[in-house]
Amino acid sequence: MTNSNSPAIAAAGLRKSYGDKVVLDGIDLEVHAGTVFSLLGPNGAGKTTAVHILSTLIDADGGTARVAGHDVAGEPDGVRTAIGVTGQFSAVDNMLTGEENLLLMADLNHLPKADGRRRAAGLLERFDLVDAGKKLPATYSGGMRRRLDLAMTLVGDPRIIFLDEPTTGLDPRSRQGMWQIIRELVAGGVTIFLTTQYLDEADELADRIAVLDNGKIVAEGTAAELKRRIPGGHVVLTFADARGLESAAYALGDVVRDDEARTLRVPSDGSLRALRSVLDRLDDATIEVEDLAVHTPDLNDVFFALTGHPTSEKDLQR
Amino acid sequence: MTTMAPARPSYAFQDSMTMLRRNLKHALRYPSLTIGTIGVPVIFLLLFAGVFGSALGVGIGGVDYIDYLAPGIILMAATSGSIGTAVSVSMDMTEGIINRFRTMAISRTAVLTGHVVGSVIQTMISIVAVVAVALAMGFRPTATFLEWLAVAGLLVMLIFALTWISAALGLVAKGPEAASNAPLPFTFLPLLGSGFVPTETMPAGVRWFAEHQPFTPIIETLRGLLMGTPIGNNGWLAVGWCVAIALAGYLWARSAFQRVKA
Repeated sequence: MTNSNSPAIAAAGLRKSYGDKVVLDGIDLEVHAGTVFSLLGPNGAGKTTAVHILSTLIDADGGTARVAGHDVAGEPDGVRTAIGVTGQFSAVDNMLTGEENLLLMADLNHLPKADGRRRAAGLLERFDLVDAGKKLPATYSGGMRRRLDLAMTLVGDPRIIFLDEPTTGLDPRSRQGMWQIIRELVAGGVTIFLTTQYLDEADELADRIAVLDNGKIVAEGTAAELKRRIPGGHVVLTFADARGLESAAYALGDVVRDDEARTLRVPSDGSLRALRSVLDRLDDATIEVEDLAVHTPDLNDVFFALTGHPTSEKDLQR
Repeated sequence: MTTMAPARPSYAFQDSMTMLRRNLKHALRYPSLTIGTIGVPVIFLLLFAGVFGSALGVGIGGVDYIDYLAPGIILMAATSGSIGTAVSVSMDMTEGIINRFRTMAISRTAVLTGHVVGSVIQTMISIVAVVAVALAMGFRPTATFLEWLAVAGLLVMLIFALTWISAALGLVAKGPEAASNAPLPFTFLPLLGSGFVPTETMPAGVRWFAEHQPFTPIIETLRGLLMGTPIGNNGWLAVGWCVAIALAGYLWARSAFQRVKA
């Protein structure tokens, strides 16, 4: 399928438009086998479109892409044999039980009956769905549904897995569970193409991150490399009156001041030590602080730093 | 590492059978569509033969009206079965699992073949139920065993053909509700043919349409096989229409399936 020299996924100049709306404006990607690659971007950036093209769901208007050594346009069945896709929107059969869904996948992967049953049972166990396996997905929580979805993808033992926003809409605990599952897959040597709108998710899981904005890749690198390009976090201090603001600005020095809101933005990594040092300095000058908020860098900061505009809430993916 | 072979054509049958099992499981779990398929023709049978029968029978002359009507009602059962396919295909296309199927190395039309074959099986079962009700109401066909086989064969061909058209309508419809209306003309075409009354009794314009639309030779062939009335060249016309409709429906459905938006 792939060896260490040829990338698991390689795309050059991918383009896609719907009407006069350009969704992908010539993107290049390279993902090495056995690594986690994250495409990071807000809603409408084109992440899902990229996954749809690479997983043979839709054709690109231009450019080329090879997945597992096969051309997505010319040899889609070769690509399909190697990949698994778990999309943002649930891809389970709602009229079949969890177990029946897995057995359906086993049949469609042409596994012998006994192997299919064994694999379905193993996946139900692994994804904590043994009791739920006999029930219809309508009775599942969001996290369980997502786990069943991923379990169905794994029945065929794909070497390359596309995860399109796997944790969007999940509660924090389900999110942690999904991250753990993804780490186990990576440990098993699977290549993962992950899209997300959460910087912490990409940070947590990905070897390399590409930031997608308005159909273009605006930055690519490791999490550490990207973070170096993002201004650090800060602390926002609010004061009761203009005099407090004035003396605090003098005491702290390097700050961004907003007279109207009576706030100061103090650059900080948000650590306890840094916070204590700020508060100590204010204490020494006997200045009262009305409110304090710690701000760590998020996707908005990344976007602002890389593109000069904040993320927007348009949703062009559907 | 190994190079996996792409899906071979030999999997097309296996995949279609897998999809057929999926559809039959759906039908067993949610039998309301199937029950509706049986219900409509039975109600028409009770209404036309039971309530209007004696009045309508006068115009036919000499024949028991139920013997004239039953083949038309059987045809109606075949067509109303096709509506179910449009709805179930359309509903299925709104499910995320269809996108999953498209990213898997499975035969492209297996999903549709599963729907169509499942629907043919369900519709044949509902036709057996309709025939049983008709027999209970006094329908007395003269068909031999071989003629019954020919009836079954023609019905399977017809249902297969209508179901492919219906599957295509389900794919292009803007949702399950639109899909349930799209194939309605099929249910009413037998009315504008020789299904309920002979075409000679109709006004000239309607009569021309009634005599040339595909359902009339099919009904006449069914009636001939069941009741021994003359078939003439209607048999070949019926088979020809079925083959043509099936082929058109299959090609239309296949291309519509490729165009369904991801």
